Amino acid sequence: MKSWQCIVCGFIYDEAKGLPEDGISAGTRWQDIPADWACPDCGVAKADFEMIELAAA
Amino acid sequence: MNTAVAPIVIIGSGLAGYTLARELRKLDRATPLAVVTADEGSFYSKPMLSNALASGKSASDLALKTAVAMAAELNATVHAGTEAQAIDLSERRLRTSDGELGWSKLVLALGADPIRLPLSGDGAAAVLSVNDLRDYARFRTVLEGRKRVAILGAGLIGCEFANDLVLAGHAVEVADIAAQALGRLIPPEAAAGLRAALAAAGVRWHLGKKAVAVDRSGNALVLGFEDGTHIEADIVLSAVGLAPRTALARTAGVEVRRGIVVDRFLRSSDPDVYALGDCAEVEGQVLPFVMPIMHAARALASTLSGSDKALIYPPMPVVVKTPALPTVVCPPAPGAAGAWQIESEAGGTLARYVDAAGRLLGFALTGSATAHKNRLVKELQAA
Repeated sequence: MKSWQCIVCGFIYDEAKGLPEDGISAGTRWQDIPADWACPDCGVAKADFEMIELAAA
Repeated sequence: MNTAVAPIVIIGSGLAGYTLARELRKLDRATPLAVVTADEGSFYSKPMLSNALASGKSASDLALKTAVAMAAELNATVHAGTEAQAIDLSERRLRTSDGELGWSKLVLALGADPIRLPLSGDGAAAVLSVNDLRDYARFRTVLEGRKRVAILGAGLIGCEFANDLVLAGHAVEVADIAAQALGRLIPPEAAAGLRAALAAAGVRWHLGKKAVAVDRSGNALVLGFEDGTHIEADIVLSAVGLAPRTALARTAGVEVRRGIVVDRFLRSSDPDVYALGDCAEVEGQVLPFVMPIMHAARALASTLSGSDKALIYPPMPVVVKTPALPTVVCPPAPGAAGAWQIESEAGGTLARYVDAAGRLLGFALTGSATAHKNRLVKELQAA
């Protein structure tokens, strides 16, 4: 499981936790998140996230 | 320029300008595109300017891509270091510090200027503001070896800088003429919690006080208030608000009020001139936040590529990056009639702004109550 950070606003997506309240269950890998998903904090599109891989566990 | 098709020209390389360019290129790879920018044209994260210090990020760390890389990615010409000087609406031309270029459609993504308080004193010119990457680079240079920072403005940016600076080991004082922090965004009960949390982190508050002067005293600056009191600092940072950049549009004859006036299609009084981001007033609203820019860029990209798309804002919560007490605000629309309902819980405040029928119009959340964000956004969507 990895964590990814939005380069625009700093939002962190943790694959282990997912975003259950956003309909993304715990354990969802970044590549499995729908393409039309956007950062919940700043609205940046997934395609433009250029997420930074924070750590591998 | 004698090319058959004049390009779409975007003025500005901030989040608004570059996000629009990216969204446009998702729909249209072919139409010539040019970006004219007075900056160096690198792509950077604007929201991080007010929380990059404690994490040790320099200005060059924040510059994610150079102008050259952006030009290649966008299949666009990026005129960096080029000032837009005058728009000729009848000839469809733009005069710049580096010559003229023609345009088929013109997009104003000019941003906003930090508002400067009218301060007297021989230190007033030394007051800094941080609104772009160049400002941030200068800020970091000035901070070197200086400990005490006085911040003018207890709004969103002022609070974020205050938190970032105390985390980085600075002695921080925050002054505002308002009686509370985030005065325009949250009710007093929630603001009190934020004030206490930042105070516990080391911030000293001077609320309800009007700053009138900045004077030099040796290497230090003395910030004077109307009531005769003063505080001493090494740096004074101003974060009292933003004024949309409208002069270029106004001079050209494009309608301007507080911002450049545009409709739901981001179209100005000239049908081929558009505006988005901090310079734009969209149906009466100026919203200088990131999420409105993202929505505006997607709608405008569609319109520019031939499929008119009206901008409709969903509920857009704004995250205030104050780790001392995380805060999320979703302000009610201007003029919305209602009242705050406050629920305090251990470690946070949940404030709902509701109308007479109990319908949710906006909210403010601090601390542990930020966990309710998604539920409240859904409630707003349903309302």
